[in-house]
Amino acid sequence: MLQITQLNKSYENHRALSEVDLLVPRGVIFGLLGPNGAGKTTLIRIVNQIIEQDSGSVELDGKILSPDDVRKIGYLPEERGLYKKMKVWDQLIYFSRLKGLSESDAKLEIKHWLEKLDIATWRDKKIEDLSKGMAQKVQFISTIVHRPSLLILDEPFSGFDPVNAEIIKNEILELKTNGTTVILSTHRMESVELLCDQVAMINKSRKILDGTIREVKRSFRPEVFRVGIASPIQELPREWVPKFTGDAWEFTLPLSGKAPNQLLAELMEYGEVVMFREQIPSMEEIFIHQVKASSNE
Amino acid sequence: MNKILLVIQREYLARVKKKSFLIATILTPLIFPAIMGIFVWIAVQEKDGQSLRIIEVVDDTGLFFMESSEQYAFTSSDIDPEAAKKMVQDGERYGFLHIPKLDLQNPTGIQFYGVENPSLTLMGYLESALKRKIEDQKLYDQGIDPKVLKEIRTDVSIKSITLGEQGEEKINNANVNYAIGFLSGILIYIFIFVYGNQIMQGVIEEKSTRIVEILVSSLKPFQLMMGKIVGIGAVGLTQFLIWVVLIGTLSTLVMGVLGFQMPQQQAMEMANPEFAQATPDSSELADILAVINGIDFVALVLSFVMYFLGGYLLYGSLFAAIGSAVDAPSDAQQFMFPITIPLIVAYMGLFVFVLQDPTSTTSFWLSIIPLTSPIAMMGRISYGVPFWELALSMGLLVLGFLFTTWLAGKIYRIGILMHGTKPTYKILWKWIKASQ
Repeated sequence: MLQITQLNKSYENHRALSEVDLLVPRGVIFGLLGPNGAGKTTLIRIVNQIIEQDSGSVELDGKILSPDDVRKIGYLPEERGLYKKMKVWDQLIYFSRLKGLSESDAKLEIKHWLEKLDIATWRDKKIEDLSKGMAQKVQFISTIVHRPSLLILDEPFSGFDPVNAEIIKNEILELKTNGTTVILSTHRMESVELLCDQVAMINKSRKILDGTIREVKRSFRPEVFRVGIASPIQELPREWVPKFTGDAWEFTLPLSGKAPNQLLAELMEYGEVVMFREQIPSMEEIFIHQVKASSNE
Repeated sequence: MNKILLVIQREYLARVKKKSFLIATILTPLIFPAIMGIFVWIAVQEKDGQSLRIIEVVDDTGLFFMESSEQYAFTSSDIDPEAAKKMVQDGERYGFLHIPKLDLQNPTGIQFYGVENPSLTLMGYLESALKRKIEDQKLYDQGIDPKVLKEIRTDVSIKSITLGEQGEEKINNANVNYAIGFLSGILIYIFIFVYGNQIMQGVIEEKSTRIVEILVSSLKPFQLMMGKIVGIGAVGLTQFLIWVVLIGTLSTLVMGVLGFQMPQQQAMEMANPEFAQATPDSSELADILAVINGIDFVALVLSFVMYFLGGYLLYGSLFAAIGSAVDAPSDAQQFMFPITIPLIVAYMGLFVFVLQDPTSTTSFWLSIIPLTSPIAMMGRISYGVPFWELALSMGLLVLGFLFTTWLAGKIYRIGILMHGTKPTYKILWKWIKASQ
């Protein structure tokens, strides 16, 4: 779907992207992660052809990106805005026509979306008369009204109240099942775990990891197990720092090179093992760990 | 191309649909006549409402007799100056003119006393009356009969006629040409500022609300900038054309009304010679009408539109560049300077050089250099400008706006995406040099 190869971009006094490779397959939700200033926005702007790369290539459906491709891309920038004095309807028509929709198609699509998101009665209101959540819905419609095959959302949930965020989340999932590829740039790791199939992480202009969520989590498991032993038959070593939870003594143990079964066998010597669970890191932990690690290099 | 049209359409409709546009468009042509009407009305009221002002004249020489006018009556007496001053202070007299014994070769020491500052008109009236009396006296001393003097005095006004290439004669009137040059020059000046500012505000709005990021993901920054400039320019043009139609209709109406009144007035003049004397301007009025009829308004309007567009495009793109470089209108001030200076130079030049002497070297250069030509040339056009000068001036103007548009495009495409940094001229220069 979207293939980025050896992308470089420098600004006057700093490097924004160095040799970034990315492959975003069709129909997935792809999380683009990274701290502020990592180069995410630059990457997104290059894909949107707002700025040009210094070197490297961006291919969409196997072809180098061309100006006609703006029709295929929908973009919701992190900082968003609409013309305050313009009516909802006129505004949506304007944005969709700029994307290349014909006037009749635009009217049809906008009508459909206004009804779907329950704001059809507001079509003749000016944006300045709308609540923030309502304006966000209009903004979202303007991003997807031309049925893009690639949707780029930069922090899509910021500014939404929980109810509207849920509505938008469901719309994104529905778009995905219809075959739309979604690139989601965000800091919010909980939405990454909830929505994304794949992720790539960028820090200091470089891609520091990518893969499916499962792969990433597996490769970052710290090989540590959470153990619970009920009524131990011999005293547990002090250094394990066991704590009694009411049902069992619980503590955390590293594998230390052993196989999990071997560790389990050793533990059974101490009593009845009621819990033996590998500690899987959250995306948030991986994110923080990776950013710290790559920053210290 | 299609996308530029969409932007033009949006920018145009967003402004033309506003109520404020309609109000400004309809009211502005009425403002000038209204202001003039108010002045005339006030002047008439003042004249009617004023009581006759009496001025005490104490003439130690015995040579002067001051003729009373509608507003001022002069009473000559030989009372003591101190007594006369007292009369002024008590309000019995408006003023007191004291003419001491003086040497006619070098008349000094004439004084006027009043409770309030005398108006310039009164002082001028007194001075010219005294001057005339002294001159008469001198001529009389040289042995010239006052009766002969009266016969010698003549009022002259020259009717200026220009010869066209085919020998056709056209009555000219410097005042009318001055007024047309003055009005059209100022109009272009105001248009450039008003609509240039609208471009700047529009760009800042799109930048600060971040709409621009969405827009430039759909079309090129240059297309967006040009669409905005052309769209707003079309608004200005629409406004101007509405004015032309409005003023045209109004003046046709006024001319018609005047035309009906003319025979009546003449009849009155014939019946009442005094009235005719009171309005010696009536023949001048007819001349002015003839001159106005003689002006080629189509050419005037056409060249106005050309210079408006040229000047607007030249400065408009610079306004767009400034808007793109700053985050808020208040930051724009520092960059307004280089735009404002040539405009003000053109504006001042219009009054100081062009309207005074349309063919002088300074006037020539002001109307050729693209930065000042839109305003300066308008001051010359009603006087008649050789074709080659017009062609050169317009050609350079086109080159000028192509250059500023190119320059502005370079600043614009980088500026609109920059936030939080306060740009300096140095930074702008870097943007211009940057390839992307």
